[in-house]
Amino acid sequence: MKRHVELKNTQREIYYFRLRLALGIVFVAVLLFVLLTRFVYLQVVQHSHFQTLAENNRISIVPIVPNRGLILDRNGVVLAHNYSGYTLEITPSKVPDLEATINQLAELVDIQPKDRKRFKKLQAESHNFESLSIRNRLSDEEVARFAAQSYRFPGVEIKARLFREYPYNEQTSHLIGYIGRINQADKDQLEEDEDVAANYRGSDYIGKTGLEQSYEKELHGTTGIEQMEVDAGGRGVRVLSRTPPASGNDLVLSIDAKLQEIADNAFGDFRGALVAIDPNNGEVLAFISRPGYDSNLFIDGIDEDTWNELNNSPDTPMVNRALNGAYPPGSTFKPYMALAALTLGKRQPEQTIYDPGYFNFGGHIFHDDKKGGHGSVNMYKSIVESCDTYYYMLANDMGIDNIANFMRQFGFGQRTGIDIEGESEGVLPSQEWKKKRFKRPDQQKWYPGETISIGIGQGYNAYTPIQLAQAVATLANNGVMYRPHLVRHITDARSGEKTQIEPKPLPLRTIPLKQEDIDVIKRAMVGVNKEGTGARAFAGAEYVSAGKTGTAQVYSLKGEKYTEGHVKQELRDHALFIAFAPAEQPKIALAILVENGGFGAQTAAPIARKAFDYYLLGKIPAPVADAGNTGTKHD
Amino acid sequence: MIKQPLWPRVKRILIQHLDPVLMAGLGVLMLVGLVVLYSATDGNWSRVLAQVANILAALTALWVVANIPLHYLMRTALPLYALGMLLLLGVMTPLGVNSHGATRWLNIGVATIQPSELMKIAVPLMMAWYFEKHEASLTLKNYFVATLLLLLPVALIAKQPDLGTAILISASGFYVLFLAGLSWRIMGGLFVAAAASAPFMWNMLHDYQKHRILMLLDPSQDALGKGYHTIQGMIAVGSGGILGKGYLNGTQTHLDFLPERTTDFIFAVYSEEFGLLGNIILLGIYLFIIGRGFIITANASTYFTRLMAGSITLTFFTYAFVNMGMVSGILPVVGVPLPLVSYGGTSMLTLLLGFGMLMSIHTHKTLVQT
Repeated sequence: MKRHVELKNTQREIYYFRLRLALGIVFVAVLLFVLLTRFVYLQVVQHSHFQTLAENNRISIVPIVPNRGLILDRNGVVLAHNYSGYTLEITPSKVPDLEATINQLAELVDIQPKDRKRFKKLQAESHNFESLSIRNRLSDEEVARFAAQSYRFPGVEIKARLFREYPYNEQTSHLIGYIGRINQADKDQLEEDEDVAANYRGSDYIGKTGLEQSYEKELHGTTGIEQMEVDAGGRGVRVLSRTPPASGNDLVLSIDAKLQEIADNAFGDFRGALVAIDPNNGEVLAFISRPGYDSNLFIDGIDEDTWNELNNSPDTPMVNRALNGAYPPGSTFKPYMALAALTLGKRQPEQTIYDPGYFNFGGHIFHDDKKGGHGSVNMYKSIVESCDTYYYMLANDMGIDNIANFMRQFGFGQRTGIDIEGESEGVLPSQEWKKKRFKRPDQQKWYPGETISIGIGQGYNAYTPIQLAQAVATLANNGVMYRPHLVRHITDARSGEKTQIEPKPLPLRTIPLKQEDIDVIKRAMVGVNKEGTGARAFAGAEYVSAGKTGTAQVYSLKGEKYTEGHVKQELRDHALFIAFAPAEQPKIALAILVENGGFGAQTAAPIARKAFDYYLLGKIPAPVADAGNTGTKHD
Repeated sequence: MIKQPLWPRVKRILIQHLDPVLMAGLGVLMLVGLVVLYSATDGNWSRVLAQVANILAALTALWVVANIPLHYLMRTALPLYALGMLLLLGVMTPLGVNSHGATRWLNIGVATIQPSELMKIAVPLMMAWYFEKHEASLTLKNYFVATLLLLLPVALIAKQPDLGTAILISASGFYVLFLAGLSWRIMGGLFVAAAASAPFMWNMLHDYQKHRILMLLDPSQDALGKGYHTIQGMIAVGSGGILGKGYLNGTQTHLDFLPERTTDFIFAVYSEEFGLLGNIILLGIYLFIIGRGFIITANASTYFTRLMAGSITLTFFTYAFVNMGMVSGILPVVGVPLPLVSYGGTSMLTLLLGFGMLMSIHTHKTLVQT
């Protein structure tokens, strides 16, 4: 009985168990069906989507950075070029202990404290997944040493890169400028245009100042694309397709590198600026701002100490004086004043005034530079001897607005439009200017007494050397004005085709002047270099040159007598000189500013002489030039 | 006794307790595993040979277990379970070895072992033994005790934390309960209780566990972080298409995009290279093994063996389902290998021990009824 029950129970039990098992089989079947559905969904329905994702995984688009265009002078002398070299680069995100890694690397390659500093600065400016250089220009031996140990350094790589180099370095730093690593501000700027941003994928460098900046578009080139099969670590496995990059276009400048070099050397230790222009077309032949700086330092990211040193230096080497320095023109303003007087009929060339050594304006005494005065002075003498009283009177007779309106035509107080960015405007004083410049009504008013010193290029007058150069070039070219420009043409890297930038077929403008008036001024300026303040500097010159010296006050002496020896160098007057030659058929016109150079005749004019001697005669000064300290003792 | 020739005798000893059908299925599956492993390791023979060694060791264990009569096996249930619980508690002492934020291993001086692996066998064994013992008079209390027997080790394992193992052991224990005839009402009640406690359980989860579950909802949220595994796995499976990219041609695999491609994500390698067709074949192999397991279960002679065989078979299926589900992105990444295919000796051993029991159940039937 019991056995029977048990047996029956067992059968029932087995029945129920099998029922449950059948449910388990259904459960398995349902889940298998779910899996199968999922597979069909992924592998059939969504296949192309995942196919694309896998392809994207697999294929990485690697931009190939184009070679940057070269910068050459008018004779083909290289001013900026590229050379290839090896860098040792670290990707911080891939390195667990940066400090330790750098220390270990230092055992293989030479890593100086300044390299570490530069790396720190780079790191602060970059994302940590970017590859940053710890050492540039590795020697072959260093490359070999690292290569043998590279397995020890994940995240550290040797890369072949093109480096920019500026052979003339400090002598062209303000002209050529420099390239530097693309920073966030550059990135924001680039991203404004999608195509531009795309073209900069992979690019690390961009022109920061000078021509490198203003012709960035031409110089950069078109980025190439390489489709690479990569693994998950981003390591390239093989190249699938390649669109080669197109090198940037070359810039051929109107600059004469030798002239630039000679003129720069002629400054000696002085700070200052020089701009030389071909008056016939506005081509800039030399563009100097001193002191320069080592433009090569900026390419790989300058280290903090050097950067601070450059920025805090009292010599302000980072200031482009030719472009941004605004200086009173001093006596170099006088020829234009005289021309204005002739044009406006305020003076006749032979009309004389008597100079007692001062000009009394309503009880206020304006001194002439020459004690006791120049006596009887006509226009010629006023320029040759640089008589102040003549121009005090003239300015008073003309009035500020007549002066401003005339001078504006020569480009004073306006940007010349030279092809470097960031040009300053300078100050062409007028009633209107003063109204805009000042806020308080009593300051806004123009006082006639303020006009007097404008006549000798002092007062509110402030012009950039490039403006001074453009003005003298225009004068030399009989009032036909061109836009000064540094780039002559752009050479297409692929076709070799040249695109002329300037001169545009037509000059910027032609100032309505009478040729006979111009000739009066030119004769007087020739006189300056023959028998006047520039005579010593141009003694024995084999060509006829025209010039005008100038001195701009830096320091108000408040009635004391200015004696050079008694005034600290940085408070000495700025020396100026404008000139062109040959006087009959001018080929070169220039403006020179020597900061704290004292009298224009003494420091500025000899620089012009050297520049002309080279440019017109091909004379190259002796290597140990009598640096800056030449010339006569009187202005 | 008539003396027989040596070889047939040896042969008889070797195979008499092995189930040829099941052996064929397991053999094919492990062979597929080795083939895929060769691709997943980029042709690294030493890894493949190491896996062959794992298989041989596990097969030896399978043979040994298959030859143990079931009443001996039953007797091991309580000691194994007790030992397992002791070791699990030991993991919580300073003897536990912490690695990657989880304490799953125990340092026993000569080696470190993972007690939770032992529990994969010990828990269903213990539960089946318990039900067998109380077979004649099963009451609600018995189900309650069995549930406790399950939940105690699961709680300890979940705490380590090792969610994957906890889930698999829960599943194997639940299958025992289910097959033992747990009433639908109680199951329903358990389900409701589970659903009700879900928010509470959610708070109990570790952050990384929550993260994995959330990631399942939107893997792209953290494409380079936690979602990376899921996304790359789905890309591999999806890009395989119907016919696959061909053996050794999986770009996801060979270009290093697939993480853990020899272990938990080996299915993605297979699926990328052999496509939907390969998947159907693989599912077929699993179905074949599971089917054989069900037949053995259905024909098992005792309550204990039925429960045990059913639980082993369903757990094996659960392994496969959870792994393929997580690689294809319908389940969270819980760290469950693809059974008998993924590289690794421990899971191979545990699984083949289970199949050894199945074979013992199948071949010792007649002997049990003495």
